[in-house]
Amino acid sequence: MKKIERLKAGEEIKFSGILYTARDQAHKRLVEALKNGKKLPINLKEAFIYYCGPTKSRPGKAIGSCGPTTSARMDKFTPELLKHGLSAMIGKGARSQEVVKAIKRCRGVYFLTLAGCGALLSKYIRRISLAAYKDLGPEAIYRLEVKDFPLIVGVDSRGRSVYKKSKN
Amino acid sequence: MKKITSEKIRKVISSLCAQANFSLRRDLLAALKAARAKEPNKRNKRMIGAIIENAAVAKKDKLAICQDTGLPIVFLEVGQGVQITGDLNAAVNKGVEEGYRKAYLRNSVIRDPLLRGSPGYQPAVMHIDMVRGSRLKITLLPKGFGCENKSALKMFRPTAGVDEIKEFIIETVKNAGPDACPPYIVGVGIGGSADYASLLAKKALLRRIKISPKGLERELLHKINKLHIGTMGLGGRVTALGVHIETHPTHIAGLPVAVNISCHALRSATAVL
Repeated sequence: MKKIERLKAGEEIKFSGILYTARDQAHKRLVEALKNGKKLPINLKEAFIYYCGPTKSRPGKAIGSCGPTTSARMDKFTPELLKHGLSAMIGKGARSQEVVKAIKRCRGVYFLTLAGCGALLSKYIRRISLAAYKDLGPEAIYRLEVKDFPLIVGVDSRGRSVYKKSKN
Repeated sequence: MKKITSEKIRKVISSLCAQANFSLRRDLLAALKAARAKEPNKRNKRMIGAIIENAAVAKKDKLAICQDTGLPIVFLEVGQGVQITGDLNAAVNKGVEEGYRKAYLRNSVIRDPLLRGSPGYQPAVMHIDMVRGSRLKITLLPKGFGCENKSALKMFRPTAGVDEIKEFIIETVKNAGPDACPPYIVGVGIGGSADYASLLAKKALLRRIKISPKGLERELLHKINKLHIGTMGLGGRVTALGVHIETHPTHIAGLPVAVNISCHALRSATAVL
């Protein structure tokens, strides 16, 4: 995706499209499946993964509270997923040097979104459906249809980070 | 003896779950508004604005302030003149389960820390203090784990200076960096034993946030803000909204210091029976 390569650290965008939620246990399973040569339950190619475990949806609402979780916990799994086609990740907080290098190598991007604002972020989600690993409850993989979801480029495809800049 | 049924306790805890998770504490809201006024940078102002807006949406739509509705921590202050009938432990956990389910909160508790497995809603972590009087004070603190993971404990030598302790506290916040939803509220426990210092650090989070703190708390807040981690880690003048220090007598051979960090979504609710 050429658009992703043009994004610069610190830039703010609004995203409309599909996000897949995945956090600790889902990452562990995805990477194990890749290691064992098994088929993944989602197509990683050009996928956007959102580090999020939402609260339950009230009747009549698309989703509950759904903000980002700490990205660093996914660091040890991320390079493998990028290698297999993952385009973008959304979370909060800093990434390891290995992840930054992998983002650069694979021309991916890491976004931040509004941390600790799960109620507000629920407004940007149109639809939710279960995609895989139901037994993980809130940690299952959900497919989210989002409209104008607010993102800040955390690490761009050249490996530049928003955080270094902000340490003034 | 004043009798309180465990049934009553269950109901109260159930309602505290919704209250704590939907309504941001007033002191925190005031601290966020003061922080927004203090930030000169437009983006930083906007980020704090999003947190304030989030609190408004949560309250209006009965949505959790944060999707991490935490590990439920329950503090009970039991007056010596109170007699609790029935099974207190079961009442607390049933109250948590019912409250979380009814409010559509997240099931984030796994039964076995090593085997993990499918998550449920309880058990809560419980701290019980016996106090004078005939009241029962119940406080629920749903503690998010993004920030709980940044906790630290250090057993200093008794000859350590205050400067070393300050450095440890500041370093702990620095290590949390942008990861745990700044601006933070920093709970510090000094003294007691290793476990008691940790408990004090957590209890310190329950204290009301002061806009103009004094003494060591003021100095540490100032120094932590000089780290310029800022709201959402994007820099700025506000890295913490408050530093709360609790102390306790300790042993001649030691000086335990515990730090318990809270994200900006510090949630707690209290009821007195």
